[in-house]
Amino acid sequence: MNANTNTHTTARVSSSVLAAQNPAWAREFQAILKAYEQAGGRPDILRTPRVASAVISGNQVLAVNMVEGVNIETEELAQGVRARITVAPGTKVAYPVHLCFGMTAEKGLQEILSEFNIGEGAEIGFLAHCTFPNAVNLQHVMNAQIHIGPGATMRYREGHYHGQTGGIEVLPTTHAQIDEGGQLESEFNLVHGRVGRLSIEFEVDVGASGIVELSTKAYGSEDDTIHINEIVRLNGEKARGLTKTRVAVRDRAVSEVYTTAEGNAPHSIGHMDCTEIVRGQAVARNVPIVVVRNDRARITHEAAIGSVGRKELETLMARGLNEEEAVDIIIRGMLG
Amino acid sequence: MSGDILLQVKNVWVPRPGADVLRGVNLTVRVSEIHVLLGLNGSGKTSLALTLIGSEGYIPTQGHILFDGEEITSLSVTERARRGLTLAWQEPARFEGLHIADYLALGMQSPKRERIEEALRAVALAPQAYMGRTVDGTLSGGERKRIELAAVYAMRPRLAILDEPDSGVDVLCISDIIALVQRMSQEGTSVLMITHRDEMADVADAASLMCGGTVVQTGTPAEMRVYFAQRCRPHENLLGSQPWDEKAGGTYQQVVTEGIRV
Repeated sequence: MNANTNTHTTARVSSSVLAAQNPAWAREFQAILKAYEQAGGRPDILRTPRVASAVISGNQVLAVNMVEGVNIETEELAQGVRARITVAPGTKVAYPVHLCFGMTAEKGLQEILSEFNIGEGAEIGFLAHCTFPNAVNLQHVMNAQIHIGPGATMRYREGHYHGQTGGIEVLPTTHAQIDEGGQLESEFNLVHGRVGRLSIEFEVDVGASGIVELSTKAYGSEDDTIHINEIVRLNGEKARGLTKTRVAVRDRAVSEVYTTAEGNAPHSIGHMDCTEIVRGQAVARNVPIVVVRNDRARITHEAAIGSVGRKELETLMARGLNEEEAVDIIIRGMLG
Repeated sequence: MSGDILLQVKNVWVPRPGADVLRGVNLTVRVSEIHVLLGLNGSGKTSLALTLIGSEGYIPTQGHILFDGEEITSLSVTERARRGLTLAWQEPARFEGLHIADYLALGMQSPKRERIEEALRAVALAPQAYMGRTVDGTLSGGERKRIELAAVYAMRPRLAILDEPDSGVDVLCISDIIALVQRMSQEGTSVLMITHRDEMADVADAASLMCGGTVVQTGTPAEMRVYFAQRCRPHENLLGSQPWDEKAGGTYQQVVTEGIRV
């Protein structure tokens, strides 16, 4: 294995200096920044010293910037990158850490193995953009381990852009442990370009008074497939959990959403909320599983699967939109 | 009453599973007129509104709907809206993630921020507090109704059908709604206002009374208000939602009349 470990303790040398030293790096950096912008990111932020960031293309770590209290270790692997992000206890980071993952190639494999360790009482946000604009036969595998210390808060928002060919598989697997009083808000968006094949596996164990909110949004078309499996275990007293899933599928796309919430401790409260809109020949399935192991826990779920409501459609049509425009407004709002 | 005719409904019949919900409706609304449609619950007011905008499931089997002289009976909701006919729903739909400013802009030919702000102020909502909010469950029922009225006002339609704009809002809001309706009329929009509050007729130029799926009387607001309050209100259990039994014979006028005599 071709491994190269970098432990970054200070801000990187400026990109302009690096570009002068290494034109190949400069080309790759520019290409991934362009793709990052397509995914909704702002490239200028990746050059801002006061914002922690990491830019990873394929198995190359192109840039890392750190701020006080946020340590990012990276290791280049044969087909990906291992990243360990540690936030010191009590650290409050004003700006979210910006992460750029992607590949500009048409084919290949990118494997990201990540660890997030959020120290006690720390508060931090992450804004990740994953971009594969030219994917024809490409696989993006993510395996994340998240540990949120007591009273710590982590907000993680991940947006994807895959281009229009659909030749991509995105396979993220996450396990999170939330200690007492900790909070995790995680949002996954794949609503621009083709989905390809998406398979999300997310498990989270929540300690006493901990909170987890998982929000997942995807828009599948043509022969895209979307598989989401989220498991929330509310193990501690007064733990709370929410899964919110919004999926739209059209053409021949298929969506399967499995959500499990377990109320395993007194006064734990969980709710699963799933809406899937189906158009054309697409198929959507939602399977909520409720498990309660304590007679003072409470788990609820709601789901709405199918076409756009006639009243909603006609409300917008009565403003002059045609049916297709109205459906698009409703779906974009739901996934926005 | 004078003025050019904008909407003309001629002998419209609409079937729904189990019964005809509209039974030979005739109605005329003139340009810039405020026309109040009174009637008890279940008398067919909302069914008429949905028929006028072309809602799915409310397709006439008989009769004609003319808008500015053009036959629109078979046109879609969109086509009617593009001709200037729209509806503020009695219980407006909610839209996850759709911002209020964008919602108001949907019906405007040339969306302008000033017009959106003006529309919000017209329904007594502070623009800075509402522009960025979404048209979803975070709004109360009363707020959502005001947003619906603002959206219709912002659109500047030729005919606005307001389905019970006075229901589900607090009493203090009634004066805001009356002011808005008058303002719409002054700006050239005809208003067909559905209500079962007879006092709302005070602002109208004309009024009609629905009973058993048809319009049984049209006249001045004062006449219809008296008629409604004195003759219909006492018989809510007899009239309104009870479909007219064809087998019993007679006419709708007889239903009303017999109700009065009880």
